[in-house]
Amino acid sequence: MKKNRTSIKKKSVNFSKLTQATVYVSLKNGVLDPQGLTIKRALDELGYKGIKEVRSGKFYQIKLDQLPRRGVKEFVKEISDKLLANPVIEKFEMEIEE
Amino acid sequence: MKFGIVVFPGSNCDYDAYKVLQDVLHQKVEYLWHKESSLRKSDCLILPGGFSYGDYLRTGAIARFSPIMKEVVKFAKKGGLVLGICNGFQILLEAGLLPGAMLQNGSLRFVCRPVHIKVERNDLPFTRACQMGEALKIPVAHKEGNYYIEPDGLLELEREQQVAFRYSNNQGEVTSDSNPNGSLANIAGISNKKGNVLGLMPHPERASESVLGSADGRKIFQSIVMHLKEN
Repeated sequence: MKKNRTSIKKKSVNFSKLTQATVYVSLKNGVLDPQGLTIKRALDELGYKGIKEVRSGKFYQIKLDQLPRRGVKEFVKEISDKLLANPVIEKFEMEIEE
Repeated sequence: MKFGIVVFPGSNCDYDAYKVLQDVLHQKVEYLWHKESSLRKSDCLILPGGFSYGDYLRTGAIARFSPIMKEVVKFAKKGGLVLGICNGFQILLEAGLLPGAMLQNGSLRFVCRPVHIKVERNDLPFTRACQMGEALKIPVAHKEGNYYIEPDGLLELEREQQVAFRYSNNQGEVTSDSNPNGSLANIAGISNKKGNVLGLMPHPERASESVLGSADGRKIFQSIVMHLKEN
């Protein structure tokens, strides 16, 4: 009985906390990034030395108030594959804070 | 014979396409709102240009999940004719009906001007009124028209002769100077393997009457009408 109660308690604590996932989307290596190139050129012109390459990208912060059954990681991976990134040109990385 | 023009929130070339089909080619044409799930017995679908969903996320990325797109995909898989113009092309790429993806223009600028495109295929339902190798004068208006596909994909496109149009000079010569956006292999338009789905960045609906500066774009719509009449 006691054990059961603790597990319920633990669960409710989990649900009241927000879980946040951050997904970083950028162009795959080898795919031309006109934005990154332009930023690099601007930095060169400003006199900053030693910058080999700039790659641009976007990030998305996703807040969850319900934990998906299949796990946060699987869930975030699925939405990244399906919508946030286009696998033809982009790759993504995820960070999950629970 | 009936044309259906799919309207997404942010489409803005839908009326241009409607007008060409109705007033220039005297065809039946109807708008299909993106929330609909019926294609209302259309024989050819047109996904028009514009900025569906404000181009948020990526061009076409959200529109491809509109309810009507399920029907568009089914229609295309059954061999129905689907023409995607500019944003419509981007939606077809996101939906996987055509291979590849669009990057930002090499110049990072929105390019809006008449260009020439060389006809590489005149045996498609969309190009049969064209002469092989002729240069059509049609305007482009986009910021993400820089066609990209990985090297193996490009080889396959070329092998299967899926490139329907390439940016060229007015003589139909494919040169790097005539490429307005940095597209691989000067690609301006491609079809699927079966040839019933075509996407192109230039806007034929904006060049279908000589008063607009060119009537070359009309050939694309005329081709479809010819094809549908015979089939």
